[in-house]
Amino acid sequence: MDSFILKVEKFIEIFIEYNGYVKVLEGLKNTLIIAVLGLLIGIVIGILIATVRVIPKYKILPRILNGICSVYVGLFRGAPMVVQLLVFYYVMLPLLDIHMTGVQVAILVFGLNSGAYISEIMRGGIQSVDSGQMEAGRAVGLSFGTTMMKIVIPQAVKNILPTMGNEFIALIKETSVVSFVGAADLYVAFNYIGSNSYEFMVPYLVMAIIYILLVLIISLLVKLLERSLGKSDRRN
Amino acid sequence: MIDVINLEKHFGNNKVLNGINVTIEKGDIMVVIGPSGSGKSTFLRCLNCMEDPTGGQIIFNGENIADMKVDINKHRQHMGMVFQHFNLFNNKTVLQNIMLAPVHVQCKNLRKAKRQNVLRKCANCFRKDKKELNEITTTKKQIIDTAKEKALSLLKSIGLEDKADVYPSTLSGGQKQRVAIVRALAMNPDVILFDEPTSALDPEMVGEVLDLMKKLANEGMTMVIVTHEMGFAREVANKVIFIDDGQILESGTPERFFGNPKNPRLKDFLSKVL
Repeated sequence: MDSFILKVEKFIEIFIEYNGYVKVLEGLKNTLIIAVLGLLIGIVIGILIATVRVIPKYKILPRILNGICSVYVGLFRGAPMVVQLLVFYYVMLPLLDIHMTGVQVAILVFGLNSGAYISEIMRGGIQSVDSGQMEAGRAVGLSFGTTMMKIVIPQAVKNILPTMGNEFIALIKETSVVSFVGAADLYVAFNYIGSNSYEFMVPYLVMAIIYILLVLIISLLVKLLERSLGKSDRRN
Repeated sequence: MIDVINLEKHFGNNKVLNGINVTIEKGDIMVVIGPSGSGKSTFLRCLNCMEDPTGGQIIFNGENIADMKVDINKHRQHMGMVFQHFNLFNNKTVLQNIMLAPVHVQCKNLRKAKRQNVLRKCANCFRKDKKELNEITTTKKQIIDTAKEKALSLLKSIGLEDKADVYPSTLSGGQKQRVAIVRALAMNPDVILFDEPTSALDPEMVGEVLDLMKKLANEGMTMVIVTHEMGFAREVANKVIFIDDGQILESGTPERFFGNPKNPRLKDFLSKVL
């Protein structure tokens, strides 16, 4: 027990006196930036792909787009995140002769990857809304698009919100691999503290606690949002 | 008002409708009966192109709406539909359910007229004989106000004005179906299609929905009704058709239809259900 207290003291010393907290805050910032921007890009891509997937496919153009989207989703769901990061950073960038920092690459890859997942979540959410809702909208003379926007999507959003929360949590946790392409996230920060003190027990413990706290906060926010959207289910 | 000419519908190799010919006049109350799987619901859904017909014509107000090129949304605005499972919009209150379509359609037309006016004003600068502008008599607020007024008076006529601001999930089946009928009425349709409106209701709630439909019939609304309520058909309809295997096997006035059926399959069907 004494040795543990000693380790904690050592950690606190490095954390405060050797600017460990600066590293940690920066890591936290990068982790959040990658996860949040990744999610936003993912939502935009997800909406585009889900739209293509649910519109009726009588004509040739929607069919071609649908094919492209299938390939995209298959590609990005097919490989692990680390592999995609590495391929993007060490294969795509040199080939295309573009310079990007690790964080930028991470944001882009996380966005592209989560876009594939989110599109499937959204498609599932839209298809889970009773088809009678669409029929009723069309029957009073509203167009497919209007019925989608005013009737189906508001109900779908309510259905997919918990799953989207899950996706965001998964993203936050997956950011712990971005050090592979040189982005300084939480893991890098605590690794730095650990290697300066030759002592990894406490830093990694604190890192775990920070991740868990982050996820708890997000779950809470999602729950609050769900509750405010659940008005039409409640019997008053 | 609706002329159905040689209507055909097949799903893959499964022929559901096999050349249906029927005419619905203004003020008609036409009841469609038949065994389950006979194609009567498909027939009704083809009338407003919920299912696209694979052959034949449906002439509604002088236009063939089975043609994929016509703007079906325009025609559906004059053709209400009531579903077996009500299909009220779950994310809207009762009042919003009724107001949504009229407000949306009128506001869309208003926006279109305004847009045209702006373009015409610009174009008129270069024209010698100026084109006249569209007359804009309403505002968005007026449209919403009149729609609301109408929705409330409709709700009052079915005795549900106190339910205006609740969500459909709190209503009983009979109340939902009556709201659904009123929602169709709010568009001032020329005809209303009923797809087994009482089949999903508890027996004690069937009466209130049928009463409302009778009231509509007495007010002269044109109605096409698919139903299993033979008593209602006999009392209210002025034309009954029997569909089996995707064909009309017999049609006529309810007296002749129920009193003196000719077709053996109709006789068989009636002996089972009456």
